[in-house]
Amino acid sequence: MTASPTLDFRALGRETRRAITEMVIAAGRGHVGSAFSLIEILLALYKGGVLRVDPKNPAWEDRDRLILSKGHGALALYPILSDLGFFPKEELLKYCRRDGILGGHPEHLKIPGVEASTGALGHGLSIGIGMALAGRMNKKGFRVYVVLGDGECDEGSIWEGALHASKHKLANLTAIIDYNKQQSYSDVAEVLPLEPFADKWKAFGFEVFEADMDHPERLLEILKTPPAGKPRVVICHTVKGKGVSFIERNLSWHHKGKLTDQEVENIFNELEI
Amino acid sequence: MRKRCLEAVYKLAKRNKDVVFIGSDLGVGVMDAMKKELPGQWLMEGVSEQHIIGAAAGMAMTGKIVYFNTIATFITRRCYEQTAIDLGLASLKVRLLGSGGGLVYAPLGPTHLATEDLALMRAIPNMAIVAPCDAEEMERAMIASESWNGPMYVRIAKGGEAVVSKPEPGFAIGRAIECRAPGDVLFVTTGVMLQRALEAAALLEKDGVSCGIVHCHTVKPFDAAAVLAAASKARAVLSLEEHTILGGLGSCVAETLAEAGLEKPPLFKRLGIPDAFPDEYGSQNSLMDRYGLSAEKIAAEARRLAEGRLSPAGG
Repeated sequence: MTASPTLDFRALGRETRRAITEMVIAAGRGHVGSAFSLIEILLALYKGGVLRVDPKNPAWEDRDRLILSKGHGALALYPILSDLGFFPKEELLKYCRRDGILGGHPEHLKIPGVEASTGALGHGLSIGIGMALAGRMNKKGFRVYVVLGDGECDEGSIWEGALHASKHKLANLTAIIDYNKQQSYSDVAEVLPLEPFADKWKAFGFEVFEADMDHPERLLEILKTPPAGKPRVVICHTVKGKGVSFIERNLSWHHKGKLTDQEVENIFNELEI
Repeated sequence: MRKRCLEAVYKLAKRNKDVVFIGSDLGVGVMDAMKKELPGQWLMEGVSEQHIIGAAAGMAMTGKIVYFNTIATFITRRCYEQTAIDLGLASLKVRLLGSGGGLVYAPLGPTHLATEDLALMRAIPNMAIVAPCDAEEMERAMIASESWNGPMYVRIAKGGEAVVSKPEPGFAIGRAIECRAPGDVLFVTTGVMLQRALEAAALLEKDGVSCGIVHCHTVKPFDAAAVLAAASKARAVLSLEEHTILGGLGSCVAETLAEAGLEKPPLFKRLGIPDAFPDEYGSQNSLMDRYGLSAEKIAAEARRLAEGRLSPAGG
């Protein structure tokens, strides 16, 4: 993948949100808010020249690995993978259908380009650590990126993984957190506070970055910085439901059922802007 | 038996650089030789089973064959979701080596007993389950494990068990071994219950009751054909396991017999641990005896069944 010097996050973001909306219309369901929150993170990784992957050879040994540990964000991943050519676009409208490969959570053995089956939270960081360790054992130069949700960091296994990443000084591992500060029920601060979040990761031995995702170019800069001999985490300050005013921070859109005609019209109207 | 198991991993690792050993927080000195000789294939990762299973999955997805050893109950209960999804769904070459399967840790109490490990692992698609009867069979199982294409749970017994397995029948994962030719009574065993079945069979023989034994070192995939072939010749079939009677070997045999539609089905009984947490300490042997798993009690139960008398289910 070649780096795009001027990645048009706005245009690509709108395009991806439109594709997601089409999928939700087709399936009558989906984690809309969770997906809209992390689109710019995935765009930076896949279209910003960060990940070295080959859609024609998804099992390429030297590829970089991306694990979407917050598997319920799959709706954001699918249009991007399809656009890169990992699978045909026709699959998108078969989302959650019995004859499709794209489920509500991504499956490794079904979808080219998906590195691990996620959806049960708290698994991806450890899987990524295993890949990073094996890569080092095999003297491979690939990097591993794990995208975590903030609610997901409630899981103890995330912090077990953090201890291990630090123990092994996995400079080839980057965790990226979609910190939209809301989980399914309510605010993270109410359900299970994570603050001081950055300090926790520092204390666990990570090199910590924070990125305001109103300016996603900043995330790209961070991801292109050479690692400092230890695992990295980028805490991305995001907005759940980002990009459509009435979905932003609205928890009834965390997982949404059938959309009304009015909702569809309003979403498309906003995405035309 | 654990010693032979881990030595076998070390041997495999010497000739296959993709074999990786992971221990949790094992006893001091365990696998020191491998640590010295093959430090790049050796890891001791602490008391963090959920993480280790996930990391093992990641390594297996990157071409490694991972052998992870810790206490059987911690490797089966604590990290069940990781095992089911990260290993089972992806069908990865990770081997879970569970020390102290069954009642081995009797003095340490119910937190340390692995009495439903086989049932838990059996419920996971793609998971193979092997429970060798002695150190020799363990070594054969470990050699076979290298090429097995999927996750596997290996139940390790206490150690020091009498060697009763023989090299002649060979060892294939999923293929049961007929240890005694079919008779009036058939014992179906797994793990160290084979030794007790052999003793019980000798006691029965003295009373003129002939007794066959089919040993299932592999509980899954279950060799239903071998069990059925022997069972169809017997009047009474007893499954013997150091495990709850729910969901383990006894269930495999029961399901097989119930669905076989035999014209003259044999009487059948599951011998094992009842559906309750053990309420005594003592020793593995004392708990086995309490649950009717001594050779004498097994023989007595078999005698009753051969005479056509059934005692209450689960009794």
